[in-house]
Amino acid sequence: MTIQTTRRGFLAGAGATAFLFVGFGAKGGTAAVAAAAEAKSLNPFVKIGSDGSVTAIVKHFEKGQGPATGLPTLIAEELGVRMDQISFEFAPSNPKVYNNLLFGPFQGTGGSTAMANSFMQYRQAGAAAREMLIKAAAGEWGVDPATLTIEEGMIVGSGKSASIGAFVSAAATMEAPAEPKLKDPSAFKLIGNPDIRRLDTKIKTNGEAIFAMDLHRPNQMVTVMARPERKGGLVTGFDDSACKSVKGFIRAATLPNKAAVAVFAENTWAAFKAREALSVDWDMSNAEDRDSEVIKAEILAALDAEPTYNVRNSERIAMDGATQVLEKTFYFPLLAHAPMEPLNCTIEATQDGGLLMHDGAQMPTGAHAAMAEIFQLPMEKIQVKTMLAGGSFGRRVTPTFDYQVEAALAFAVTDRSRPVKLVWSREDDIRGGFYRPAFGHKVTVGLDKDGEIMAWDHRIAGQSIMKGTAFEAFSVKDGIDGSSVEGVSDTHYAIPGMFVGLTDTKKATDVLWWRSVGHTHTAYAMEVMIDLVAEASGKDPVALRLDLLSGGDKDQQRLAGVLKLAAEKAGWGKPGNGRFQGVAVHKSFGSYVAEVAEVSGNAEDGIKIEKVTCAVDCGIAVNPDIIKAQMEGGIGYGIGHVMRDQITLVGGAVEQSNFPDYEPLRINDIGEIDVHIVASSENPTGVGEPGTPPAAPALANAIAAASQNLRVVQHPMSEHGVSFA
Amino acid sequence: MKYDINLNGKTVSVEAEPETPLLWVLRDELKLTGTKFGCGVASCGACTVHLDGEPMRSCQTLIEDVADSAVTTIEGLNSNIASAVQQAWVELDVPQCGYCQSGQIMSVVGLLSENPKPSSDEIDEYMYGNACRCATYQRIRAGVHRAAEIMEG
Repeated sequence: MTIQTTRRGFLAGAGATAFLFVGFGAKGGTAAVAAAAEAKSLNPFVKIGSDGSVTAIVKHFEKGQGPATGLPTLIAEELGVRMDQISFEFAPSNPKVYNNLLFGPFQGTGGSTAMANSFMQYRQAGAAAREMLIKAAAGEWGVDPATLTIEEGMIVGSGKSASIGAFVSAAATMEAPAEPKLKDPSAFKLIGNPDIRRLDTKIKTNGEAIFAMDLHRPNQMVTVMARPERKGGLVTGFDDSACKSVKGFIRAATLPNKAAVAVFAENTWAAFKAREALSVDWDMSNAEDRDSEVIKAEILAALDAEPTYNVRNSERIAMDGATQVLEKTFYFPLLAHAPMEPLNCTIEATQDGGLLMHDGAQMPTGAHAAMAEIFQLPMEKIQVKTMLAGGSFGRRVTPTFDYQVEAALAFAVTDRSRPVKLVWSREDDIRGGFYRPAFGHKVTVGLDKDGEIMAWDHRIAGQSIMKGTAFEAFSVKDGIDGSSVEGVSDTHYAIPGMFVGLTDTKKATDVLWWRSVGHTHTAYAMEVMIDLVAEASGKDPVALRLDLLSGGDKDQQRLAGVLKLAAEKAGWGKPGNGRFQGVAVHKSFGSYVAEVAEVSGNAEDGIKIEKVTCAVDCGIAVNPDIIKAQMEGGIGYGIGHVMRDQITLVGGAVEQSNFPDYEPLRINDIGEIDVHIVASSENPTGVGEPGTPPAAPALANAIAAASQNLRVVQHPMSEHGVSFA
Repeated sequence: MKYDINLNGKTVSVEAEPETPLLWVLRDELKLTGTKFGCGVASCGACTVHLDGEPMRSCQTLIEDVADSAVTTIEGLNSNIASAVQQAWVELDVPQCGYCQSGQIMSVVGLLSENPKPSSDEIDEYMYGNACRCATYQRIRAGVHRAAEIMEG
């Protein structure tokens, strides 16, 4: 991943000009923009009202990870307003202006890139607005602009003072400076301030926050899908006679792709009831029919065969000369994302013959383009309005834009006079596919007589997430899907004689990125193996890691930095009475995270997770408290799933269906989480995902310490020798 | 069927089919969308409301069974305990995605109503049924302690 480090013009990313957006805003391209009639746009990212209120136009969706606060912080810092003077609005769907600078021509969120790709752009947007306002004020007051500054929303200097709102109209007629002067970081008041609070908290404590699921468009219908028990089944016919006794049932109709029958009703409950009453005939000849056990056997067999791809070092070091050989085979099952807000979106016709979708839109460009294709409409006739999203963990963007396309197809079989709201139940979600793929690792490590690593043979097998999808170009090079091996093939440990081999297994089911993607399994295999090396060589796990990171390159230094900090803050080596510690450190999405898990009990009688201490280096910490929250959440997400969750298939059908058998992490599962941030002047990197990868291996290593070196190499832990208190 | 329910201090008439969960009457008919749909099987707590001050899962509470009860949703909270909880939530930025937080807050208000100064273990025991997929549990715990402190004055 390349992080933008140059101060190129903030409008240059997409080749847009200020004029374009001002024109767009004036036409009121979306309800959101049109609503604030008085406010003027100084550039695509900043709108200011005549009362001096500032609105940040946020191009990333908010699923809890913080951009609705983080991006306004950048603007407020450079513009010179307080956080209580700025609010946020989600950007309209327009990839020419609001693309993710790391994704190319796509507007979207993922790979923990929101801050990394916005840091310069949103600061420049704020700074440009500041320069325009100051120029306008200087012109009116007849003073030198250099004598004026903006502080807390007031333009001050040359003995004068006025609200920025007074100069918005004049400033809005100016061309935005392409490369405005930015603050020196030493002058930051908001960036890095741990007391900055989130802008979206209050509405999330009083019922005012409107998620996509909460939308009620006038005269809307609700639709739910009757899908086959196994993916790939096709509708051959249905009988809806029993549905007609459900009050509120409108009609049922087969989707044009025959993947499901859409049940339309006046409200959600009627739609669910009518779906229960519906009887569908299916052609299951091409439906998925595999068992998890078969998938697992295939993966394990692939680990013992010659790998398809030699990812790192084509020449393998023989283990012959090794004094000790350590070997472990790891297996990671399918996992569902299960965001708290089940998937949903609403689609409606607009008065100009176009379409409007309301979605907790992780990648609006995809749904936008899919609708254009389905309805044969030009892109400019379509809009995707981003709503608050109740979590995602990756699930709200799939390569096929599955649920958005489903909604579009359902809308297509109506007369299009009524808005259609697609709702998934929790069962639809757990059984809806696009899982974290199952993966296996077989790792053989040879140690010499001094206990030093002399060879490391690492085979990985599983279903590629990216191959054969629209996202292949992002990740696949020379046949190798980087997301299958990231975190192993690019390890920063100084490991001599390291071979990494990869075998793609055949498609088991639809798979997808899941919070931290390949690192969900690679960090686990690496960090548990490193602990085994420490055990076998009689070294301290932290000391061994520091030794393997002592080469002096920047990645190693930053990894060592977080490791030392986490160890120090956790009191490494001095656990409390009856407690045991485990450590893991990993780089992902440009950020470095070390975690020390502390447990009590043991695997047989019950493990209690008492505490996790975390240190993170994510470059400049824009919103330290949000970073801490993301580490806390990332740790919980990583640990919760390895404790007891998996998706299993029997004859192609998903066995789990809802939270009772896909149990979320609960409040009593995990004790204190203590997060520390390494001070840094590097450009900001991701925080949504990097907290997750080290969590499970740190726990595993603590469990080993508590349980006579029991090494859990298959998940979920609860089915592989570990009980939890 | 027409039902009269005592909702957030007012009597409200609503049309609904018998056996409709209160959750869907609140959300779809009355547009009180602060109460969330998370699982539909009383396993996540996102739909928690109060019946006569007691936290209850509205996805498993039928409309015909609330006729004699006072129903309170997140939108209708107005007690000192509730404002202490909401203040604590804002101070500590407890929510991430926020989708479960109405339910969390309804449960916490229930907890503090019967135990104004719960220990961390008591919080865990009471809040076990409210899932948060963002895993904000640490802050929920801290938020309850902070709310208890605010209530003490």
